[in-house]
Amino acid sequence: MNDPARPRLNIGAIRESFAPWADPNAAPLVRFEGVYKQFGDETAVKGVSFDIYEGEFFALLGPSGCGKTTLMRMLAGFEAPDAGRVSLGGQDLAGQPPHRRPVNMMFQSYALFPHLSVEQNIGFGLSQQGLPRAEIRARVEETLALVKLEGLGRRRPHQLSGGQRQRVALARAIAPRPKMLLLDEPLAALDKKLREETQFELMRLQQTLGMTFLIVTHDQEEAMVVADRIAVMSAGEIAQIGRPAEIYETPNSRYVADFIGDVNLFEGRVTGADGTKVRLGSNDCPAGLEALEDDHLAMGSPVWLAVRPEKLKLHLDPPGETANRLSGKVVDYGYLGDWTTYVVELASGRTVRAAVANVSRLVERPIGYGDPVWLTFAPDGAVVLTR
Amino acid sequence: MTRGPTLFNRISVFLGLGFLYAPIVLLVVYSFNASRLVTVWGGFSTKWYAALLKDQQMLDAIWITVRLGLISATAATVLGTLAAVALVRSGRFRGRTLFTGMLQAPLVLPEVILGLSLLLLFVAMGLQRGFWTVAVSHATMTLCYATVVIQARLVSFDRALEEAAQDLGCPPIRAFFLVTLPGIAPAVAAAWMLAFTLSLDDLVIASFTAGPGSTTLPMRIYSQVRLGVNPEINAVSTLLIAIVTLGVGIATLVQRRPKGVPRG
Ligand SMILES: Nc1ncnc2c1ncn2[C@@H]1O[C@H](COP(=O)(O)OP(=O)(O)OP(=O)(O)O)[C@@H](O)[C@H]1O
Ligand SMILES: [Mg+2]
Repeated sequence: MNDPARPRLNIGAIRESFAPWADPNAAPLVRFEGVYKQFGDETAVKGVSFDIYEGEFFALLGPSGCGKTTLMRMLAGFEAPDAGRVSLGGQDLAGQPPHRRPVNMMFQSYALFPHLSVEQNIGFGLSQQGLPRAEIRARVEETLALVKLEGLGRRRPHQLSGGQRQRVALARAIAPRPKMLLLDEPLAALDKKLREETQFELMRLQQTLGMTFLIVTHDQEEAMVVADRIAVMSAGEIAQIGRPAEIYETPNSRYVADFIGDVNLFEGRVTGADGTKVRLGSNDCPAGLEALEDDHLAMGSPVWLAVRPEKLKLHLDPPGETANRLSGKVVDYGYLGDWTTYVVELASGRTVRAAVANVSRLVERPIGYGDPVWLTFAPDGAVVLTR
Repeated sequence: MTRGPTLFNRISVFLGLGFLYAPIVLLVVYSFNASRLVTVWGGFSTKWYAALLKDQQMLDAIWITVRLGLISATAATVLGTLAAVALVRSGRFRGRTLFTGMLQAPLVLPEVILGLSLLLLFVAMGLQRGFWTVAVSHATMTLCYATVVIQARLVSFDRALEEAAQDLGCPPIRAFFLVTLPGIAPAVAAAWMLAFTLSLDDLVIASFTAGPGSTTLPMRIYSQVRLGVNPEINAVSTLLIAIVTLGVGIATLVQRRPKGVPRG
């Protein structure tokens, strides 16, 4: 793909070894313990517990209204938990007003001060710390350079483009060098291309500053690209926490599997389990389904098999009789350039999505509507879900 | 889509404005009348303005009125800002509806009643009526107008700006002065101007609460007119109109947002 893809790979490689959450002796920077928050008769946050470690890029991901902003506002000090504890560096934050907390927030609406210039906006936090004027000036210049806004310092916010405003908001939040930066949907207002570029900017910035970032988003791709770990939320609760690849490849529930990327879910009952593999009987596949699973699942218990579209292999000629062999006909397809997605209707009536990489420019046997096809997948390409 | 006003629109606007402004135009024109007779045009002259400058009683009344306006408008604006912040920012507190109602009641209360009740209060408290009783009364009267104007702006003021200031290490009260006040400044200025002009042309309440030595300009004009209209009164009234027009004009100008500055 294009240029911005390159730093992603580099950063990804560096970050592989970064896993403080796996170290039982590491002390977290931020700890949420059994946090509840009620608004009127609606519970926005229902007993949330998780840790964020120093230097981590942590993402809160979930659909609209699931309580992401509320969690972030509790950390910034704008909401108080009704029950539970929020602590920073081992200290309970209860009772500490927002202006005493060493965290800064970048607001979803940017909330730039309209009556101040870009420089004054960025220097606002620094002048609250009572720094001498010369130092504020130097730090503002440095921050302007960091977010690539040199020369725009004298403008007012309304004289900037949306993307520039976004960077001013970011600069204003990082200028006082907080222990932690909170980003509430920082890229939601940008167009797709700018959003992708800015994601890499954020990662670069987080690495350069060595700061802990907490980002709130409902864009799963964004979370996957930028974050070390993702917490997937559902209606005020945390459904799963893990590295992007863990969440994608081994979701712990149908909710997470479905929320992150596309997924095909097959319903079935356990017909055999030997500690490494499990066999299922399912209406969707007369030959039975098979997947890797080291849990001993009870015979006959209902489970679901989650298979990502790209893990399905599409055949035009019937493959041999094996497990994980589905047959149906193409009812729809979408050409995406790099991939083509086929929607296949099985005999059971279920529709399945299969993604096929377009590795060659020439296709000797094009697939069209109504064509009979067969789908197979390897047992290690499927995840067994019990809820 | 209509293209410009129709003939009917033009005529009705013309009649309406004529009805409103003909008496005022007449008053302004006759203040430059050389003749002593109010209704007979005797040529252009500024002699009544010169006479006004020598009329010590009238000059005293002007000075008292301006001071009253400055003091009561400032008091009303400060208190009105505090009241508006309390109403908009503190969410639901006990007695909020009552507080709102009580703040806005003087808007619809007949001035005579307000004046009378203030008079009773001052008498009951044994206060000597004079300049300060009028000042307090004017502040009371204009407070509700100031509150309503500032409240309207504060409601649309983006709360996130205050939160951003606090988030960057600014204590709430300083955040109010550094961020909120500049944001609502046009409304505060407009509220002050409104309070000032209301105080300037009040006759009823001042009549109830003034004492010897605190006769305001409207009171002086009113008592002189009862002895017969003379062109000097026209001259001083023209001045009053000029000041009020200026005040309202400035209030309108400052409330109009500079081009390009977004709301919020
Ligand atoms: N101040 C408030 N008063 C009442 N209800 C609130 C308040 N703030 C949030 N809520 C409710 O709490 C729930 C969670 O809100 P929150 O803003 O945390 O959602 P979110 O995950 O950030 O959603 P989005 O992606 O749309 O920003 C919502 O149902 C919302 O209506
Ligand atoms: Mg939100």
